[in-house]
Amino acid sequence: MRLHLRARWLAAAAFGLGAVGRADVLPEDRTDVLYHRYEGGGLTVQGPAVLVRKKFGDSFSASYQYYEDLISSASIDVVSQASAYKEKRTQHNLNLDYLHGSTLYSIGFINSNEPDYKSNTGFFSINQSMFGDLTTVSFGFAQGWDKVGEVDHGVVVRTFHTTGSADADHRNWSLGLSQVITRNLLLGLNFETDESDGYLQNPYRGVRFVDPFSARGYSFGQAVSPNTRTGSAGSAQLKYYLPWHAAVDGSYRLYTDTWGILAHTVKLGYTQPLFTDWTLEATARYYWQNHADFYSDLFPYQNSQNFMSRDRELAQFRSLTLGLGASWEFHPGWPHWVSKGTLNFNYNRLHIDYQDFHDNLIPSLVPGDEPLYTLDANVMQFFISFWY
Amino acid sequence: MSKMHSCKMASPLLGAVLLSGMLLSACSPIEPWVKPYEREHLADPIMSFDRNPISSAYLDHVFEVREGARGATGSVGGGCGCN
Repeated sequence: MRLHLRARWLAAAAFGLGAVGRADVLPEDRTDVLYHRYEGGGLTVQGPAVLVRKKFGDSFSASYQYYEDLISSASIDVVSQASAYKEKRTQHNLNLDYLHGSTLYSIGFINSNEPDYKSNTGFFSINQSMFGDLTTVSFGFAQGWDKVGEVDHGVVVRTFHTTGSADADHRNWSLGLSQVITRNLLLGLNFETDESDGYLQNPYRGVRFVDPFSARGYSFGQAVSPNTRTGSAGSAQLKYYLPWHAAVDGSYRLYTDTWGILAHTVKLGYTQPLFTDWTLEATARYYWQNHADFYSDLFPYQNSQNFMSRDRELAQFRSLTLGLGASWEFHPGWPHWVSKGTLNFNYNRLHIDYQDFHDNLIPSLVPGDEPLYTLDANVMQFFISFWY
Repeated sequence: MSKMHSCKMASPLLGAVLLSGMLLSACSPIEPWVKPYEREHLADPIMSFDRNPISSAYLDHVFEVREGARGATGSVGGGCGCN
């Protein structure tokens, strides 16, 4: 759970609502089999994912996705406050689309399971094409129910600061617009707002405070986060077709929430087909955020505030991600119902510079004078896709 | 459906900018300023905002668990009208 505490709901959005497609046609019939691997900061997460999508008649399409994380963690948070651990998370997504005229209705359900975190999410969305199919607008809503800290079969798998389990509920509203601007230019606008209430913190992470009675000068105590959070994000993206059969895209996203986080994301991408069956991609993503109102790397004394957190995700930091991708298209003669396939490899290098999160594993005479923490990670995906 | 008056745009970009104004002025129907036979480039798979959903969803997930921000990742598709 340590890695995914906030992720269940987010994964729901990413694998569910975010997948809304064009409103004038059903999504393509395809199957993807993917292997993913993240390695960095003492953490390794890898596993398979499978997505199968099939039309039924002219009006219905169904999809099922299985996703698995095999986690082995000895990250700075784990080493500082608990013990290294291994665990498995599985996620199942079911989605049904119904096309009526120029309107696409989608409903779905997502279930995520790991030893100490269970999540269920239901969602629906509506996509409408208009103005000669130059414009698509979408609306979506999702409701999530999480259970935090529930341990399977009564077995405590590792140190747990709290006992029993707690609930967290989430609601998400999304609006989208996709617009043809010219014969070479597409515009996408998205807006999302979500609200959460319940147990919203990571029970494994404590706060650090100055403790003159400790040999190292500090101790760890219990973190306390607010039990409500409302956030909103808006983004704009453009994609342009270049004269030499290539595409360039750019996007910007602004995020703000009631915990005091203000974040910006800028992304640029370039796609270049080569010969007849290769496609190469390059991406650059820059992200920066300020820290949450109740975040501190080192509090002056125990229980110095009513809300306190030392979660790195709530710290102030900047990150740069550079990515490369290659895709090879083939047309197998067998089985006959497969029209084409692609072999794909994507690699991303992630670098994060924390600006107020110190590496407390490096000894320092004065608490808080440790060097700032940095994270470098390799993110790889290998997948094969079939269309039929 | 009767056409109240012509809304043909002088240029495609101007058409997009004035879209909301046209709605308010009750122009109906709106003339597509990019004709179906002009959408060859838009129909190319490289112009998809989300060419491989399973891959982009995974990468979004990688970022979301490490960052304070979430949502509006821009995988709303559509709008091409290429079929």
